[in-house]
Amino acid sequence: MAILEILTLPDPRLGQSSRPVEIFDAALRDFVADLEETRRAGPAAVGIAAPQVGCFQRIVIVDVSGRRKTPNHGHLILINPEIVHWDGFAIGREGCLSVPDYTGNVIRATHIQLKAQDLEGQELAFEMEGFEARAVQHELDHLDGLLFVDRVVSRRTDLYRRKVYQT
Amino acid sequence: MPDWSMLTLVGADRPGIVARVTRALYLHGCNLGEASMIRLGGCFTMMLMVSGGERRADLTAALRPIAEELGLRIHLEPAPGGLHQHLLPNLQVRVFGADRAGLVADVTGILAAQGFHVLELESDVAGDAERPLYIMSIQGFCERSIESVRAALAMLSDDGVSVDVASVDLLIG
Ligand SMILES: [Zn+2]
Repeated sequence: MAILEILTLPDPRLGQSSRPVEIFDAALRDFVADLEETRRAGPAAVGIAAPQVGCFQRIVIVDVSGRRKTPNHGHLILINPEIVHWDGFAIGREGCLSVPDYTGNVIRATHIQLKAQDLEGQELAFEMEGFEARAVQHELDHLDGLLFVDRVVSRRTDLYRRKVYQT
Repeated sequence: MPDWSMLTLVGADRPGIVARVTRALYLHGCNLGEASMIRLGGCFTMMLMVSGGERRADLTAALRPIAEELGLRIHLEPAPGGLHQHLLPNLQVRVFGADRAGLVADVTGILAAQGFHVLELESDVAGDAERPLYIMSIQGFCERSIESVRAALAMLSDDGVSVDVASVDLLIG
């Protein structure tokens, strides 16, 4: 187990797209264990994506189970994840291990349907809402070379979108 | 640590002000820090952190021709702060209702009594001249519970003011 180095802006590698995982072996499991250890080592991150540590494969970890009153599916290791359906949208404040000392407001879908594989390559399917859905969308963006700063909206925007918050 | 100054610019709005001012600052050897520009009542308003360059008096002199040409009032003073001093809000308060004198003082007075630290405040007047609608959004940090803040603000709802308190859910990922 090891804590991996996290790439931070303006490192151009964060803009790179990641490749699907094809081999589900011990090396993959070892890497995911390191990725999880890295997530836990920093500020309270509810997710981490492989490209944040310079591994350009479609692997993310999401775990919002530590938050009060938050619907969740527990600790999730998502290999080759794909959102197949989006619904609703809400503004929320995000930060990122790869963007120290900055937070911004981002619009995300409030409900998603997600397909992925587990560490053995078995198919997974989830319906998610709220904070967990937001975390998954944030992490999946990393796999496509996108950061939340690519999606930040003005702080004033929410003045005119009051209803959005209540979804 | 660089020595920061706070530059304030206010004047009639028109396109191109930010470009002219920041070019002049660059040519003067200044670095820019955090900045905020917004139109208030149709006026251009901007505050920005500047550092470096020559002496403060020289910077004011360097900006004077542009200020005069664009009709801007300029204020420059030393800023005690620096970069990387962000505080994160944990609560958001949204207020809207018929505009009345003292509304902002009432809301922020209640918040202050709760130990609420206002980090951002934006307000606007919508509606029309006969029936102005006041809309305000505040983000800040408060150690007391959301229930406590909500209960303290509830008294304002009696006179037709809508007050909503929500938590700011920061996601780090
Ligand atoms: Zn991130």
